[in-house]
Amino acid sequence: MTTIADPPPAIHVKDLEKSYKDLQVLRGVDFDVAPGAIFALLGSNGAGKTTIVRILSTLLRADAGTATVNGFDLSTRPTDVRESISLTGQFAAVDEILTGRENLVLVARLRHLPNPGAVADDLLARFNLTDAAARRVSGYSGGMRRRLDIAMSLIGSPRVVFLDEPTTGLDPQARNDMWQIVRDLADDGTTVLLTTQYLEEAEKLADRIAILHEGRIIANGTLAEIKQLVPPVEVTYVEKQASLEDVFLAIVGTNTTKEQS
Amino acid sequence: MTAHVLADTSVLVGRSMRHITRSMDTIITVTITPIAMMLMFVYVLGGAIQAGAGRYVDYLLPGILLITIASGIAYTAVRLFNDMTSGIFERFHSMPIARSSVLWAHVLTSLVSNGLSVAIVVLVALVMGFRSPAGLLAWLAVAGILALVTLALTWLAVLAALAAKTAEGATAFSYPLIFLPFISSAFVPTDTMPGPVRAFAENQPVTSIVNTIRALLAGEPVSGDIWIALAWCVGILAVAYVLSMVAYRRRIAS
Repeated sequence: MTTIADPPPAIHVKDLEKSYKDLQVLRGVDFDVAPGAIFALLGSNGAGKTTIVRILSTLLRADAGTATVNGFDLSTRPTDVRESISLTGQFAAVDEILTGRENLVLVARLRHLPNPGAVADDLLARFNLTDAAARRVSGYSGGMRRRLDIAMSLIGSPRVVFLDEPTTGLDPQARNDMWQIVRDLADDGTTVLLTTQYLEEAEKLADRIAILHEGRIIANGTLAEIKQLVPPVEVTYVEKQASLEDVFLAIVGTNTTKEQS
Repeated sequence: MTAHVLADTSVLVGRSMRHITRSMDTIITVTITPIAMMLMFVYVLGGAIQAGAGRYVDYLLPGILLITIASGIAYTAVRLFNDMTSGIFERFHSMPIARSSVLWAHVLTSLVSNGLSVAIVVLVALVMGFRSPAGLLAWLAVAGILALVTLALTWLAVLAALAAKTAEGATAFSYPLIFLPFISSAFVPTDTMPGPVRAFAENQPVTSIVNTIRALLAGEPVSGDIWIALAWCVGILAVAYVLSMVAYRRRIAS
């Protein structure tokens, strides 16, 4: 496979194991992610994707194996890891009672940034939330919530961003917005590890794709390499979905940045 | 990292205080039941209750304040439980902030919001004719004891929230606490109660706490009750704190 000898990997995972009581979720997971790459972890529900993300973001301790993020060992330097990363979980981790701007200011202050208000205003503009800034998040739409969630995660410009199923439950427009956000991140040199159960998402976004199945990485490579492993029937199915989506987008209008609450 | 503990905690307290100021209905819900009880006991039942020579509202207020705190901490449990289930806890935990500040922010917020509720109930009592000859020092002692009670019960609430599976489960622990003052010296003197009930009433924490606060507010010397009251509070605080920490570690490390 590709050699990543020159820059040290942004994420390095070796022989990672994790069990919940008798249930063995991870059975020796290995992979590396190069700096600035978009790496997609593909797998069905229960394959262990979220477990990997939770371990790499210091929320969960692995039973065995080693992992480094941004060069810091997870078990010995968790604080440095937390300085380097941000996590966006499957469900928007936003404060419903606060306004959008207050949510951003809160995170900026917890990251000890010098000018939290300016950071918040900048992100509100970047994520198209300026008009909704003074409204409470409880009145936000799903797509707005997700954008705020990501905006909160990007405060402090973390080097490595974990996105756990970032588009699950989003409508096609919000999903396209999310894809653009991920591409912009990678263009700025941020390393992105995202999990998904949608083949299409990995296909459209990722530089490299790893397939997680029954606690092991059973395939790891570029799209072209991975595609050979997928049965053609499944490919047809995915393309059918995409065409319905095209119709949907054509009917409702493809202005993907406009959001109504 | 520890240098940031205070800064992080104050940011997070600011956050949860906003939750309280934006839903003042929780303060109203917390104070309305004790106020209604106070009105009923003073104006309906009070005439028939023989509780010494003074005004009955003076006699009853300490117990009412404990009921106020007991219903207030149920909301502390709910706020903490909602944070844990909403994903915002995980966001905080994956950030470079002192993890202890996440819990302490809820505890400090509980102290402030319960202080607010207690102040409202005392104001209503003043309108109903409550008067106290107590000096500044005695009032400070009352405030200190109530703060200690709040702190002890708050850690009990933290434990309940960490152990609960549902929001209802997180608040259920507070019902017996609200009921406990009724089997104590809070509403009637214990010497009118039959043997076993009296034995329970005189040896449970509420009686010693109520007696101490009542003596302080009446400007009378406090008896040995104050030491029993303090021992109960510190004991409950210590046990609840240790168990909460165990539950917390288990919850974040699994």
